[in-house]
Amino acid sequence: MSLQIKHLLGLKDVSREDITAILDSADHFAEVLNRDIKTVPTLRGKTVVNFFYENSTRTRISFEMAEKRLSASPLNFSTSGSSVSKGETLRDTIQNIEAMKIDMVVVRHGSAGVPKFLTECTDATIINAGDGYHEHPTQALLDMMTIRQRLGKLEGLKVAIVGDILHSRVARSNAWGMKTMGMDVTLCAPTTLLPQHTESLGVKVTTKLNDAISDADVVMLLRPQLERQTHGLFPSVREYRTYYGIDRDKMNLMRDDALIMHPGPINRGVELESEVADCERSVILDQVTNGVATRMAVLYLLGGGEQ
Amino acid sequence: MKKGTIFSYTADFKNILIENGRIIDPSTNRDETGSIAIADGKIVAVGTIPADFSAERTIDAKGNWVVPGLLDLNVHLREPGREDKETIDSGTAAAAAGGFTGIAAMPDTDPVTDSQAKIRYICYRSEKSPCRVYPLGAATVRLAGEELAPFGEMLEAGAHAVAGSGKPVTHTAMIKNIMNYARNFDLPYFAHCEDTMLSGKGAMNESSLSSWMGLPGSPSVAEDIDVARNIALAAYTGAKLHITHVSTKGAVDQIRLAKQQGIAVTAETAPHYFTYTEEDLQGYIANRKLNPPLRQEADRQAIIEALVDGTLDVIASDHSPHTIEDKSGEFDHCRNGASGLETTLAASITALVKLGHLSPMELIRRLSTTPCDILAVNGGTLSVGSSADIAIIDPEKVWPVDTMQFHSKGRNSAFAGESLTGEVLFTILNGQIVFER
Repeated sequence: MSLQIKHLLGLKDVSREDITAILDSADHFAEVLNRDIKTVPTLRGKTVVNFFYENSTRTRISFEMAEKRLSASPLNFSTSGSSVSKGETLRDTIQNIEAMKIDMVVVRHGSAGVPKFLTECTDATIINAGDGYHEHPTQALLDMMTIRQRLGKLEGLKVAIVGDILHSRVARSNAWGMKTMGMDVTLCAPTTLLPQHTESLGVKVTTKLNDAISDADVVMLLRPQLERQTHGLFPSVREYRTYYGIDRDKMNLMRDDALIMHPGPINRGVELESEVADCERSVILDQVTNGVATRMAVLYLLGGGEQ
Repeated sequence: MKKGTIFSYTADFKNILIENGRIIDPSTNRDETGSIAIADGKIVAVGTIPADFSAERTIDAKGNWVVPGLLDLNVHLREPGREDKETIDSGTAAAAAGGFTGIAAMPDTDPVTDSQAKIRYICYRSEKSPCRVYPLGAATVRLAGEELAPFGEMLEAGAHAVAGSGKPVTHTAMIKNIMNYARNFDLPYFAHCEDTMLSGKGAMNESSLSSWMGLPGSPSVAEDIDVARNIALAAYTGAKLHITHVSTKGAVDQIRLAKQQGIAVTAETAPHYFTYTEEDLQGYIANRKLNPPLRQEADRQAIIEALVDGTLDVIASDHSPHTIEDKSGEFDHCRNGASGLETTLAASITALVKLGHLSPMELIRRLSTTPCDILAVNGGTLSVGSSADIAIIDPEKVWPVDTMQFHSKGRNSAFAGESLTGEVLFTILNGQIVFER
C-alpha cells in the first residue's frame, strides 16, 4: 500500500483515497496499541528526526511514541524561535542533519511554509507537525479518525469548529480534510478572530454560536490564543466566555449525541467549562490516544515500511 | 540569455552611426525608421544623416527600437554598507545591461544617505559607472522619521530628491515638515506609503489566500490610507509628491482623483505589480515576497489601466538585491524585494506592449522621458544637441530569465525561470557604448 503523496505537508491537496487509507491504517494501529506487546517492527532501521522549532509537548511526544512503536529510531532536535535567532540558516541545519543519513523529518515551526521549504532542500520524507497558522495535518487526521470511530462515518456529518480560527492551523487542516471527506463544516468565531476575507473559504462561517452548534454532530473547540491578544482582538476573557465558551447551559443547546472535541491544550473556564470537558460526550482523551495511531499510520505509509 | 559586456565610462568619444532603427522619441513624439549620428558625446543628426558624417562604429539597428536611455527612479544600490548584496559597480552594470542610462539611488544604505558627505561618496564612486547615478537624500536623519536631514546641503552635493525609502514616515506632522522644507529647495519628495500599524508583520497581501497559506497579511488598505494622507498633505503644502511602488486599486483611484484636482502628485509602479498577483506566491516563492506585496487581479488590472490613462506616470524597478540566504528559509523572515534592473524593460514589453496595453512610445515615455522630468534632469530625448544617452532594443527577442547571467549580485528575480520578450542590445551613455550584448 502506498499513498499518492510523498510528503504530508497539509491536507489541502490530499485526496479522499489517501485520507481514507491513512484512517484505515490508523484503525489498524489502534488495535495494535491495545495488544500486550505494542511495538511492531515495520520501520526498523529507519531514522526519524523530530525537528521542533516551536514548543510542543503533546505533538512531539505523540510522534516520538509512534516512532518507537514502529521500531524506528527517533532523533530529537528541539529549539525555539527561527533560524534567524539560531544564527544558522534552515537549509544548513537540515542539510547537516540529513548528512548524518536520516529517512524522515517531522517538523514543527512557527513560520508557515517551512515543511514545503524543507522538501526543496532534502531528499528525506517530510511530515508537517504544524507550521505557523498554515496546517497541522496529523491533528486533523486524528480528529477525523476519532469522529469515524465514534459515529461510524464522516460523509454528511455536520462539524462546528468554534474559537480562534484566525490563528489556528488545526481549523485550516480540518476545514480542508473534512471538506474532502464530504463533511459539512461551519467555522464560528467573533469577527476579529476570523480571517478578514471568508467569502472564498469554501466553508460556512458564522459569528453566532447557537447557529453553529445547534444541529452539529461534532463541536470542536479551539482555545483563544491568549498570548496573541496584543491587538485587542477581544475585550476580555469574560466576554469571550459569555459568547463563545461552552458550559452546561450551552451544551444543552447541542444535540444529545453531539461529540465534544478539543485539540488541546484547554483553557479550562474559557472556551470549555471543566464539567463539559470531562463529560461523557467529550472525546478529548480519545483524540490523544488516536494521535499515536494516526501518526503511526502516516509514518508507516510514507516511510515505505513493511507490515 | 547572453550576459553581454560592460565597458566603464571613460569619456573616450567616437563617432557612432546607428542605422535603420525604429527611432522612438517620446519628447518629440517621433516614431519612424531612420538613423542617428553621434559625435563628441552628443546626438548630431536624427533621421537623415549628413553625407560628410564619418562613423568609427556603425550599428545596424534594423528591426530594433532606438530609444532615449531609460531612467529608473527606484533603485537600492546597497553601497555603502551591504556590498555583499550589491555594489555601485555591479548595480550600475546591471542598469546598463537593462537599458538604463540613469538610476535614482535610494538612500536606505548603511549608513543612511542623509548628509552631503554621503551624497558626495555616491557621486564619487559612480564617476566611471556605465550609468548616471542620481542620489536621493534621506528625508529624515537615519530615515528614522524624527529630524529633517539637510536638504540644501544634500542638494548642493548632488542629491536630486528626498525620499523616505524602504519604510514610511509615520508621524503626520513630520511628513508635513518634509513637504514644506522640500518646497524650499523645489525638491520632489519620494514617499513610501504604508500604514505600518496596519501592515504589521504582514508577509503577503491580506486575503483568503493569506489565510489559507497561514501567513500574516498586509492589507491593501494599509497602502491606500497612507497614499491618501500623503496626497492630502501635498495638496495642503503644495509640495511635489512622488509616490513610489503603487500596488493597489485604492491607491490608483486616489492618485487619479488628486491629478484631476490639480495636486502635484506623480506615481510609479513596478513590473511585478502588473504581471503577478498574490496567487503567484503559492508554494511560498520567496523571490516574489515584496513590499508592498503582490495584490489581487483587480489591483493588477487597475495598475495596467492607470499606466494606460497616465495616472501612473512611471515604471520603476524597485531593484532590491538580496543575498541567497536572505531570500530562503522561513518565508515570513525572508527579506522583501526583487532584483529588477535587468528585467524591467523586458517584463514591461511582455506584459504591456505585447498584450496591446501600451504602444512602444508610451512605454518608453514611462521608462525614460517622464522619469527625467520628475527628477528634473536632462535626458529622455533623442533631439539634436542632447547627450547621446540611447538604448537599442530588440523588441521581439524572447529569452529565459537565467539569474546566473545577471550583472547584478542580486539573483532574487521575481521573474526567474520565466520567458520575457525584448532584449537590450546596446546601451550608449553620453556617446560611448557602455553595454553590448
